[in-house]
Amino acid sequence: MKNMYRIIGRTGTYLFLILLTVIMIYPLLWMLGSAFKDNQEIFTSLSIFPENFHVTAFVEGWKGNGKISYTTYFINTFLMVIPTVAATVLSSITVAFGFARFRFPLKGALFALMIATLLLPEQILLVPRYLLFQKLNWVDSYKVFIIPALFATYPFFIYMMIQFIRGIPRELDESARIDGCGAFQIFARIIFPLSKPAMFSVIIFQFVWRWNDFFNPLIYINDVKKYPLSLALRSALDISATVHWDQLMAMSVLSMLPPVVLYICAQKYFVEGIATTGLKG
Amino acid sequence: MGKYKKRDLVAFVFLMPWIIGFLIFQAVPFLNSLYYSFTDLSMLKTPNWIGIANFQEIFTYDRDFRKSLMATCIYVIISVPLKLLFALFIAMLLNMKLKGIGLFKTLFYLPSILGGSVGIAILWRFLFAREGFVNLLLSKVGLSAIDWLGSPKLALPTVSLLAVWQFGSSMILFLAALKQIPKELYEAAMVDGSGRVRMFFRITVPMITPIILFNIIMQMINAFQEFSAPFLITQGGPLKATYLYGLMVYENAFTYLKMGYASALSWILFVIMMALTFLIFKSSKGWVFYQDGGMES
Repeated sequence: MKNMYRIIGRTGTYLFLILLTVIMIYPLLWMLGSAFKDNQEIFTSLSIFPENFHVTAFVEGWKGNGKISYTTYFINTFLMVIPTVAATVLSSITVAFGFARFRFPLKGALFALMIATLLLPEQILLVPRYLLFQKLNWVDSYKVFIIPALFATYPFFIYMMIQFIRGIPRELDESARIDGCGAFQIFARIIFPLSKPAMFSVIIFQFVWRWNDFFNPLIYINDVKKYPLSLALRSALDISATVHWDQLMAMSVLSMLPPVVLYICAQKYFVEGIATTGLKG
Repeated sequence: MGKYKKRDLVAFVFLMPWIIGFLIFQAVPFLNSLYYSFTDLSMLKTPNWIGIANFQEIFTYDRDFRKSLMATCIYVIISVPLKLLFALFIAMLLNMKLKGIGLFKTLFYLPSILGGSVGIAILWRFLFAREGFVNLLLSKVGLSAIDWLGSPKLALPTVSLLAVWQFGSSMILFLAALKQIPKELYEAAMVDGSGRVRMFFRITVPMITPIILFNIIMQMINAFQEFSAPFLITQGGPLKATYLYGLMVYENAFTYLKMGYASALSWILFVIMMALTFLIFKSSKGWVFYQDGGMES
């Protein structure tokens, strides 16, 4: 009898999870399907599968506004995201090594400051940062994203790296020191190579976040020729509020493809990254 | 200085990027923002010190402020608890030793990967449009259409739903915490004849209170700052029903170019958020249970 309850319970749980998955994921699949439908069918069909399979939305949508195509927007997004991600991961591991492996004056206070910046709302820095970047002539360039990243302004990732480095046995450092390695060699030969999994987590999180970021490009990038995908889609949404939903769907689907592919290939690192530090999302 | 070894001072070389970045991109702008909030700074002219005039205007004349603060609080109150309850519930289901659980975890986290993107905002706008997917579904089952985004009452909950949909990272945190609970606790409770509900409230919840605290604070801070979803889906409308605080700060700074005023607004939000964080931390002494007696820094 008890076994019976268990089977019913399990079946119920599975059914519930499947139902929930369908509710959660169906809109995404429907969007994917809609990209292949014509404009008419989008508004009349609940099905994922298009009745008539079209790729026109992709071809036409890719042309963008006629002057600038999505080739440019994709290239721009990569030009904006990749250097920022690289700068973030390099600066974060360097700073994390400093925090994780040394005892120095004011360590507690500095660490507390670093953690406190996690709670600092972006809005409060909005105006002064904008004016600073304007003064430096960085507005309308990707420097506004890359250079702050180079200076370790992402405390989340520093914290994530610190947690990881703390898990690397100190004996490794000690034995290297006995062999005559200085701090820089320990960093380059031991910590850096052993931190690859954590660095990978930083890379994929930062990639997805920067890729999806809309707010910061909205503030700093005004030149349409430098628009990343997020801004390009937004202007398409504004202009074509009533027309060309199919093209909008198609370009949205393409814009989400890189993060999704990355997620599917590297799920393990997403889950571990969150579980060790409790990242937002 | 004596207690520090000389070789440890090399730490500052490694910390240097952060120290510089912190000063230039965080500390100085932070203080500047406080200063600007007492000025009439705009992009067009040099700022004048105007004392507390910005704050006076905000608290006495600015109707948008009250409306926006209200909408933001409602947004936080709807989205944060719903998201966390949902995340905890799903995490508990996923914590059962069932086959194929990994696949569900993967799929449930997917919205969190995509959630912040413009593409999803477009999808949401289409799903809940007057002639959108949801209304089409309702009409197929014989129900009448609902103006999700056009009605001042429903727009905010509809936008909040997008946040709830992204429960993935809270879920993974809960799941990690649930896995840490020693099995013996449940076994002992089982011997004592405790039921499932009792075990949930007496063992599960107390054991994961540190993660609950963390989730509440992080999600609250994020929710107070929400910008993209209301900006892209409803543009703050209808009748400013989704005019969240972030939109108000942005509009004052970059549409009306009232940057001093926008700074003052952002400081008010900051103070509210810090006060709430402080209160939650204070209260946590009463309800958060640390196994090792304290948080590790």
